[in-house]
Amino acid sequence: MLDKITILGGLDKNGMPEKVQRLEIAAGEVLAAVGPTGSGKTQLISDIEQYAEEETLTGRSVLINNQPVNKNKDKRSLRYLIAQVSQNMNFVIDMSIEEFLLMHAQVRGIREPARTIEEVLAITNHLSGEPVTFSTNLTQLSGGQSRALMVADVAIISNAPVVLIDEIENAGIDRLQALEILTGQGKIVLVVSHDPTLMLMAGQRVVMKNGGMEKICRTTPKERKILEDLVRVEKQVAGLREHLRRGKSIGLDDNREEDNEKERLVLWQKF
Amino acid sequence: MRFVIVAGTPSSGKTSVMVHTIRHLLRSNLAVAACKIDCLQTSDDARYSRLGIPVAVGLSDYICPDHFYVANLEEIETWAQGQKADVLVLETAGLCHRCAPAVYDCLSVCVIDNLVGVDTPRKVGPMLSSADIVVITKGDIVSQAEREVFRYKVEMENPQARILDFNGLTGQGALALKNEILNCRPLEGISGRELRNPMPAASCSYCAGETIIGKSHQMGIIKKVDFGRGN
Ligand SMILES: Nc1nc2c(ncn2[C@@H]2O[C@H](COP(=O)(O)OP(=O)(O)OP(=O)(O)O)[C@@H](O)[C@H]2O)c(=O)[nH]1
Ligand SMILES: [Mg+2]
Ligand SMILES: [Zn+2]
Ligand SMILES: [Zn+2]
Repeated sequence: MLDKITILGGLDKNGMPEKVQRLEIAAGEVLAAVGPTGSGKTQLISDIEQYAEEETLTGRSVLINNQPVNKNKDKRSLRYLIAQVSQNMNFVIDMSIEEFLLMHAQVRGIREPARTIEEVLAITNHLSGEPVTFSTNLTQLSGGQSRALMVADVAIISNAPVVLIDEIENAGIDRLQALEILTGQGKIVLVVSHDPTLMLMAGQRVVMKNGGMEKICRTTPKERKILEDLVRVEKQVAGLREHLRRGKSIGLDDNREEDNEKERLVLWQKF
Repeated sequence: MRFVIVAGTPSSGKTSVMVHTIRHLLRSNLAVAACKIDCLQTSDDARYSRLGIPVAVGLSDYICPDHFYVANLEEIETWAQGQKADVLVLETAGLCHRCAPAVYDCLSVCVIDNLVGVDTPRKVGPMLSSADIVVITKGDIVSQAEREVFRYKVEMENPQARILDFNGLTGQGALALKNEILNCRPLEGISGRELRNPMPAASCSYCAGETIIGKSHQMGIIKKVDFGRGN
């Protein structure tokens, strides 16, 4: 059972000790890694993926359940510990969703493959606006559909206890639901993000600077309130998007010109 | 001298993988020499040269690159010894998927990428199945599910090999490969060592420059399609 991952700090890009010397993520928790491009977010993911033992560029070490990792001895048990989803990843196999999910389920020794892949499909369609079917070819999926299928597959078939998510904000999927699905199963989730909504969905965030872990911020009650607002606005934007995409207009019937910013905001929120 | 033979499908990332790994070897104060065997042309020598190490290139031209490679192993070893190398990295173009460059007592690395499709590990043949280490690249651009399926298919073809995930762009995985190289025993000399897989014969009239189609132009070892197969 994986209860906790610990990252022991190493050095930043100048060779100075990182300000944060101990970072812990427990099962069922989300940690966001934030900071400008080039500040070291991806390297942090890479250190975790490699179960760093002071040998990588940063000199960090990763502990699992408070124990150092023995990469040679524990090779088997480390095998399916970490799964990753990122913006750069795509499906490249020319195969239907059904064929491929069955293949993956077989590789992972899933006992009831037919039922399991039904579940993956249901979650995929729950996360993505545009539904897919079993016969859809993997290479035909839109960016949003691909990301939704990746999250669903990672949650149900890969079922790794640690999930690393690298910038999925522009993916066009329901991120709140995606995180809920992953953490609901007691997974440890690390999200690299520039998106304030995703940052606040995490229980804590580590701020990266110059290659080092600079600071840990716990999400405050006030930030959680703001998150609620953000999520509401996002839902409204999504609603507006649907409205416009279906060919509807706003304000055509009463023909009133609305110049006031505030009134305009309220106006489209009603739809 | 440690003798490292690197094979793999075209553009799988062989040079990228070895450039990152050699950097780590150099950091440990080991002298490295690199040699590339290819068919018609290569620019890999420039990439190895940028590391400031001695580099040699052999172009097989009209000969099967793998046959050419075997026939030159002693010479390549002598050259690398002359460069005082602790580690010799020999990258081969491995194109025909029937020849495999692995030699007993050398460290044999096969580099294959996630983009080639899940059926490819089966088709690659002895180049994959006789490797000590299989390096899988380009995991950064395919889904987790495909990575897991692909790795499984590789394992089916070569259950003994150590399998390393490698990102040829960032070098993630290079430390693990460096350690594998350090763990392998130095070779006492390539002469008299044995290929792990015999290479198929290639001595027909086309090997010797024939270009005209037709039975009357074919001589030497000729094999014909068996059209009965598949019925
Ligand atoms: N995204 C991604 N690209 C990679 C990776 N590894 C290599 N590449 C790219 O793949 C291309 C081919 O890489 P090379 O290292 O030249 O491959 P090679 O096997 O030496 O090629 P040949 O010697 O010509 O057969 C280059 O554009 C690399 O940048 C990887 O892990 N991820
Ligand atoms: Mg090359
Ligand atoms: Zn050949
Ligand atoms: Zn021939």
